[in-house]
Amino acid sequence: MLELKTVSKRIGEATHIDSVSMTMEPGSLNVLLGPTLSGKTSLMRLMAGLDRPTDGEVWVDGVNVTGLPVQKRDVAMVYQQFINYPAMTVYDNIASPMRIAKKRKAEIDNTVERVATLLQLKPYLKRLPLELSGGQQQRTALARALAKNAKLVLLDEPLANLDYKLREELRAELPRIFTQSGAVFVYATAEPEEALLLGGRTATLHEGRVTQFDDTVRLYRSPADLVTARTFSDPPLNVIGAVKQGDQFRAAGLALRVPDKFKNLFDGPYTIAFRPHHLSLASEASDNTISLQISVTEITGSESFLHATIGGEDWVVLEHGVHDPAPGTTVNVAPKLDQMLVFDRLGEAITPSTLQRAA
Amino acid sequence: MAKITLDHIRHAYATAPRGEDTQYALKELNHDWTDGGAFALLGPSGCGKTTLLNVISGLITPTEGRILFDGEDVTHLPPEARNIAQVFQFPVVYDTMTVADNLAFPLRNRGVPADKVKSRVADILDMLDLTGLADRKAHSLTADLKQKISLGRGMIREDVSAILFDEPLTVIDPHLKWQLRSQLKKLHRELSTTMVYVTHDQTEALTFADKVVVMLAGEVIQVGTPEELFSQPEHTFVGYFIGSPGMNVIPVTIDGVHAKLGEHTVDIGGAVDAPASAQMALGVRPEYVRLGDEGLAFQVDRVDDVGREKIVHGRISGNKVSAILGEDDTVPTDPKATFMPQGINVYANERRVEVRR
Amino acid sequence: MTKTYNNKAWFLVLPVLFLVAMNAVIPLMTVVNYSLQETFGDNLFFWAGTANYEAVLSSERFHTALLRQFIFTFTILAIEIPLGVAIALAMPKSGPWASVCLVLMALPLLIPWNVVGAMWNIFSLPDIGLLGWSLNSLAGAISSLLNLPPDQALTFNYTNQIGSAWFVVILMDVWHWTSLVVLLAYAGLRSIDDAYYRAAKIDGASRWAVFRYIQLPKMRQVLIIAVLLRFIDSFIVYTEPFVLTGGGPGNATTFLSIDLVKSALGEFNLGYAAAMSVIYFLISLFVCWLFYTLMTQSDAKREYEQ
Repeated sequence: MLELKTVSKRIGEATHIDSVSMTMEPGSLNVLLGPTLSGKTSLMRLMAGLDRPTDGEVWVDGVNVTGLPVQKRDVAMVYQQFINYPAMTVYDNIASPMRIAKKRKAEIDNTVERVATLLQLKPYLKRLPLELSGGQQQRTALARALAKNAKLVLLDEPLANLDYKLREELRAELPRIFTQSGAVFVYATAEPEEALLLGGRTATLHEGRVTQFDDTVRLYRSPADLVTARTFSDPPLNVIGAVKQGDQFRAAGLALRVPDKFKNLFDGPYTIAFRPHHLSLASEASDNTISLQISVTEITGSESFLHATIGGEDWVVLEHGVHDPAPGTTVNVAPKLDQMLVFDRLGEAITPSTLQRAA
Repeated sequence: MAKITLDHIRHAYATAPRGEDTQYALKELNHDWTDGGAFALLGPSGCGKTTLLNVISGLITPTEGRILFDGEDVTHLPPEARNIAQVFQFPVVYDTMTVADNLAFPLRNRGVPADKVKSRVADILDMLDLTGLADRKAHSLTADLKQKISLGRGMIREDVSAILFDEPLTVIDPHLKWQLRSQLKKLHRELSTTMVYVTHDQTEALTFADKVVVMLAGEVIQVGTPEELFSQPEHTFVGYFIGSPGMNVIPVTIDGVHAKLGEHTVDIGGAVDAPASAQMALGVRPEYVRLGDEGLAFQVDRVDDVGREKIVHGRISGNKVSAILGEDDTVPTDPKATFMPQGINVYANERRVEVRR
Repeated sequence: MTKTYNNKAWFLVLPVLFLVAMNAVIPLMTVVNYSLQETFGDNLFFWAGTANYEAVLSSERFHTALLRQFIFTFTILAIEIPLGVAIALAMPKSGPWASVCLVLMALPLLIPWNVVGAMWNIFSLPDIGLLGWSLNSLAGAISSLLNLPPDQALTFNYTNQIGSAWFVVILMDVWHWTSLVVLLAYAGLRSIDDAYYRAAKIDGASRWAVFRYIQLPKMRQVLIIAVLLRFIDSFIVYTEPFVLTGGGPGNATTFLSIDLVKSALGEFNLGYAAAMSVIYFLISLFVCWLFYTLMTQSDAKREYEQ
């Protein structure tokens, strides 16, 4: 088990990590999700012991390891670049951490066999890393991390340099590999889609803060605040400021019925948001539709992304099928009202439970 | 602006022996790319898409064939004589210049009058939301801003024959990718310059291009609109490579208007012409697989909840098949699968065959 | 970024501290000690206060030696840096010829300094040295071409002509040390991604623009190092000119270090020489600092803009 207790990292004036507390169970997959410079790598370095936190403590299995250097911790790391020993065969690469740990030959053979099977590397054990494709090289790096049998495995955007389709395949394999191993896995990524495909638990990072840490799908469905919702949305979240008046949310170009779950909300200004796939084109304007002005459309063949503006905000509508309204035209979309996300003036999410507490 | 003609182009790298078709990094290509179109070259790494881009840009002279811009043979012209612009995978900026000078550079090198340069730079700065940074030194900017400058420099000249993009969004964060992609699309609409975009990312290729050129092992296996690639992949590889998850390819035997799949029979709506010895398969995208109470017995292996939809991985008569369910749908107990008729394609030896309806 | 957590590691630094103390701090302190006293041998010392420093600073001889030193250093910098960059630009980028060039370039750096001096000494002798004889003949030919009277005829003899001596001293330094600049600049050039050159071609950039906006900015860091190294080395140069000219003719090529040795060992003026050493050291240090700040200042300014 890995625990971070109000861990902070400051370098000079700049705060890289701001009071992060997380608990990660053995056998769990923990995704760190956030854009570049949000602190993913800094946080991983603190977890690994490559850096010492300015404040706070790091505990592993009930022992305070703050300040213990990385060599003395039981950690394996996989990086975005495919890092292998170029002069060693795949077998020797995978065996290297066990050789350093002075394991017996039979045990090494066994483990390499098991890990190589898991990662489908068995036909390549005698090859050198540079003779392999990128995907195979990265699988070798992963295999080495697994063979180390460390309690903590850190993966820093391990699939970012791979082809799209290879990424898709490895992503599908990874959760299976993780659950079989029993270590604490931490996986950094900038892509919301990747977090969703991996599952497990996700921590969203924003400017060095963990804004929320929860089961991945639950976090996606009910973000605690606007920053989290924005971070965890691809295509981007559609947001607009609206005023609640009685049973309606009103803004320029929009008057929506307040969903039942927000009935008891006080009147006043709020931020409401919809995910792109919760909006669909309506044939004509009617109650509870929103008029948007199209700026550009992107068509993937099965779906269309309609980029549009409303009240100065950029919105994206994700619609099945092929739709190509001309730029500048106005379209009407019907939102799934019960999927509406509502945030107060501070950006905190309003949910039925927060409403109950307030009442 | 120009029409690009690839006239019987083939290319083999010097190290490869000549003669056999398999030795070519680029197998015979014969295409006309219309003036003002947006084309994407899509394929896995090593498929030859970068080789083809280099042939167009002039970094590589093809072993055989000719390349024409608007009917004019440019096969042996170097890149600088081809009147093209290019944006690279990693940002290329002139560190010591300001953002505005970076954008102005290609124009000034060609002796464009100063007032013209100024107005054009202002336009591009505005399009890319860089106006506030115009006087900053490029050196001090983040990678994604630098890439924006590279994009801007690629688009600054109005008189180019084509703009080439070599995986330009690799270093960009997902959120900014959305923004830049739609800006690119808008720019293409405004400039109507021929654009060629190389990528391994299907979303980028499909959303950017009017025509997507799918490549595999040095060969163009399909050129089509995103819609065609989705609904009628000409090759099982196209079906697999485009869409996520890719198309289900299920080996079958064809008997008249029916496909036999283990103990099941699927109506394919018509007869097909294919040699008797051909390996036949049905291609059905997960989007066209419905799970309900009737149909083919579907054994569920795993359900991935990916937020906006659920991906169900399972098997029909031992063949792996995935299906996509809506966000709020649930997998029925004892599910049965049906294939929606418009989503069924038939393949003989990996190539799509027409169903005579 | 990476921090040391293990304070025991400091013990590993002790041997270095010891070495530095033995070969730098203690001798330097001894020199400072000498500079404040007067001695005539027999280990007898008399307190002299700042008298030695005053003597050095007001000495005409010191001023001219210092001036000579600066002229020499700036001349060789002005030749070696552009020349080194130019050679690096002209070298092949890859292939067997790149290696051949690199080996050829490295050769002068492998030759011991006094050998360089001796080599050029013989090479430039007006009667038997290849260079000296050639230049002398050339000068003779030009003289007869211009119909100069015999007493005004041009000759080349570095042992008794100031201009000739300077010419050989500078040529020798350029021959010996330009390679260092070449190697550094070449390494800097090699690190530039090919995409930059391709982009520049497509942008229609001229050869000069490529140099000015791509190659020079990317070579900046290594050129700073090259300038600093060449400054320090040439500012404290001793062996080569000493073997070549012995500081002559007269005092024409007596640079600071040669003058220092003359005062200390030739004239046994230890206190004066010690004071001169200290001043010499402080000047070197100050000019290095000046160079470094000037050259990295714009960097710092850029960082600040972020």
